[in-house]
Amino acid sequence: MSEVMDRPQTLNLKVVGTRPIRPDGADKVTGKATFGADFSMPGMLVGKIKRSPHAHARIVSIDTKKALALAGVKAVITAADFPDLASEEYEAGESAANLRDLALNCMARGKVLYDGHAVAAVAATSSSIADAALALITVTYDVLPHVIDVEAAMEAGAPVLHAHLFTEGLETKPDRPSNIAKRNELMRGDLEAGFAQAEVTVEGRYTTAAVHQGYIEPHACVAAFAPDGQCQVWSSSQGQFMVRTYCAKILGLEASNIRVTPTEIGGGFGGKTTVYLEPLALALSRQSGAPVKMVMTREEVFRATGPTSGAVIEVKLGAKRDGAITAARVVLKYQAGAFPGSPVGAGSMTALACYDVPNFSVTGFDVVTNSPKVAAYRAPGAPISAFGVESAMDDLARELGMDPIALRRKNAVRDGVKAAYGPTFRNIGYLETLEAIADHPHYKAPLGPNQGRGVAVGFWFNVGGESTAAVQVGEDGSAVVVTGNPDIGGSRASMAMMAAEVLGLPIEKVRPIVADTASIGFSMLTGGSRTTFATGMAVTQAAQKIVVDLKRRAAQIWDVPVEQVDWINGAAVCLDAAKADKGDLTLAALAAQSARTGGPIGAQVSLTAQGAGPGFGAHICDVEVDPETGHVTILRYTAAQDVGRAIHPAYVEGQIQGGVAQGIGWALNEEYVFDSEGRMENAGFLDYRVPVASDLPMIEPIIVEVANPRHPFGAKGVGEVPIVPPLAAVANAVRAAIGVRMTDLPLSPPKIRAVIDAR
Amino acid sequence: MPHVVAACSTCRQFTDGLVEFDVEADSVRRMIGELDRRFPGLGEHIERRMAIAIDGEIHQDAHGARLAADSEVYLIPRIGGG
Repeated sequence: MSEVMDRPQTLNLKVVGTRPIRPDGADKVTGKATFGADFSMPGMLVGKIKRSPHAHARIVSIDTKKALALAGVKAVITAADFPDLASEEYEAGESAANLRDLALNCMARGKVLYDGHAVAAVAATSSSIADAALALITVTYDVLPHVIDVEAAMEAGAPVLHAHLFTEGLETKPDRPSNIAKRNELMRGDLEAGFAQAEVTVEGRYTTAAVHQGYIEPHACVAAFAPDGQCQVWSSSQGQFMVRTYCAKILGLEASNIRVTPTEIGGGFGGKTTVYLEPLALALSRQSGAPVKMVMTREEVFRATGPTSGAVIEVKLGAKRDGAITAARVVLKYQAGAFPGSPVGAGSMTALACYDVPNFSVTGFDVVTNSPKVAAYRAPGAPISAFGVESAMDDLARELGMDPIALRRKNAVRDGVKAAYGPTFRNIGYLETLEAIADHPHYKAPLGPNQGRGVAVGFWFNVGGESTAAVQVGEDGSAVVVTGNPDIGGSRASMAMMAAEVLGLPIEKVRPIVADTASIGFSMLTGGSRTTFATGMAVTQAAQKIVVDLKRRAAQIWDVPVEQVDWINGAAVCLDAAKADKGDLTLAALAAQSARTGGPIGAQVSLTAQGAGPGFGAHICDVEVDPETGHVTILRYTAAQDVGRAIHPAYVEGQIQGGVAQGIGWALNEEYVFDSEGRMENAGFLDYRVPVASDLPMIEPIIVEVANPRHPFGAKGVGEVPIVPPLAAVANAVRAAIGVRMTDLPLSPPKIRAVIDAR
Repeated sequence: MPHVVAACSTCRQFTDGLVEFDVEADSVRRMIGELDRRFPGLGEHIERRMAIAIDGEIHQDAHGARLAADSEVYLIPRIGGG
């Protein structure tokens, strides 16, 4: 079923829009929540991975005999223990992944493509024996030239990572392999004519470094392969169904024989939308006959799991003196890492999504490099292109002598305007977010010496997709809401609140749980800001089905037509005046009589949710630059975002604050640093500096609510938009503070000192 | 008749550079079938790689979605997220 309510319910809400205590809160603050690394089984072995020390090399041989002979070693696997899959795109996460690339990223076959690439794995009775076994595995490499810089990888003479990779999207079919996996292009109007009309032009070349999602919990799982072929996996991921499908495909198993239970997840941000450990743990368990636990170290997380792309962004804007943009040209070059699939497509589509530009071209390049295969990271691709475009917009405002918010308002998309990526916008709240920051006291607050203020905006599509939810009413009139989406950002609370709202229950009477793959129908993974929208729609519809059933049961008890029963504040109310003296039938009263009215009360809904509403954010950032050290202090940060409807406003605020914090890290400190051999030099939180609480002021979120008519309560996605503007908001503030445009992220102290010294 | 716009370069590979066309179809499923008949291979490309924006609303895997005679349909790359 796919129907939704005729219009969102936004009035007279009792639960939606309130701030109840999160259902997982007590377990998490008392340390009782079971994360991936907390799960254990009797007789469990320790699994570990031997990784390549080379960025690019042919594997000449792997000798595992000594490792297998070591006492306590129960299994040793290499690529030979996995099927050699054909290149095939398969959809199991959010969009199709190439199964061969996915398998080769989990375990190298024939060639290693980055420092940290897995070449073998062991399972042993202790961690120290597993370490000793890894040391006894001899891998002979033929080291090849490597390339990590995205533009160097695009050059004709660059080392080629994949002999079978020919550039897609060219006018003529290429006759030789290339590291450019794909070229995409979006165009509108007449670019040359647009620039000819311009009275002012600005141009810039910007770069961003590869940055990691930085989730605190490393990847972890336990896998148990039973003799009858039934498998179980407990793992920390953004989608248990995604883990099941990918494991089945990589190992050549039936998905029906794999049951995946999601543990609590300590952050994902897109980085846990794929598999790394689970197929290896299953293969080790199959060989050893015992459960196998694998937990990455932080170093492994950095070296072998997806960061997002480092990139080059070229932007040229042309405008009339009144600020109307006449033309825009954007070129995006994104690192994909070892296999194709950077987020340059989304980066291209979002680059100009905030602006109504009559003439533009956006050209994107997806480029493989000898670095870890990139994975999704909050609004994948969008912060990178926004950094370039929003920096150029800031320069354009300065060139025109215009207020930066006024320039954005002048060119803003609004309802009825065609987005740069094609379709016509409807029910968007972009102008409202601009008004929110323009009217905020922050925007008018005075600044001191060495201080500057920056503004930037951002966009994300938000998505829907397949979701399943079940609502079961207990004998005491409480309810359990069962979904198949790991809770990475507060979705459990939102699910419970929407069910409580429809059923008329207090939130304390509704318990949300996240079920394993055998206990609930399929749901796409948690990502793309889809869960509160799409799974929330399934929850709402399931609760609505229950209300319909409850009214039928009440009508049966009262012996009146069902049309004479309404559901108000969690109870059936008889509208037949002659029988009004019987009093209302609460959910608890109906549940107590359920055996006589049709049995247990519950409903399940599976749907493909369409109609996710796009989100916009507008941010203000104040910084102070220390001219002695080049250190940037974030003084104040305000972030407005259209969220449609905030189901749980505190969680929405937390999402906005978290996205901003990650964006600030991207802007100021975070970067992958490689040595001349292509080895990552800063694979740890001491040297890879994410912002900590003491680095940041209280980030002030402003919730703007322009309801999405396609969601029962008007919700749009929340989690991705807030990471889009901060890169440019910070950079624009630094520009204002020091008087020089900095174009290369991160804006670390040495770079800023060099610019100040050269002034 | 619904008006289809396939502006992205990967679609243009199948359409000999054509970007806009009218398609006789009242559902997404029929539209994909008709496009595949006219531009062999485009149907599978849409199924695997593309989302479909109908009158401004993005749909993925929406064979049953209805198209009106004046619908504006954009083929855009599928969207994932973090």
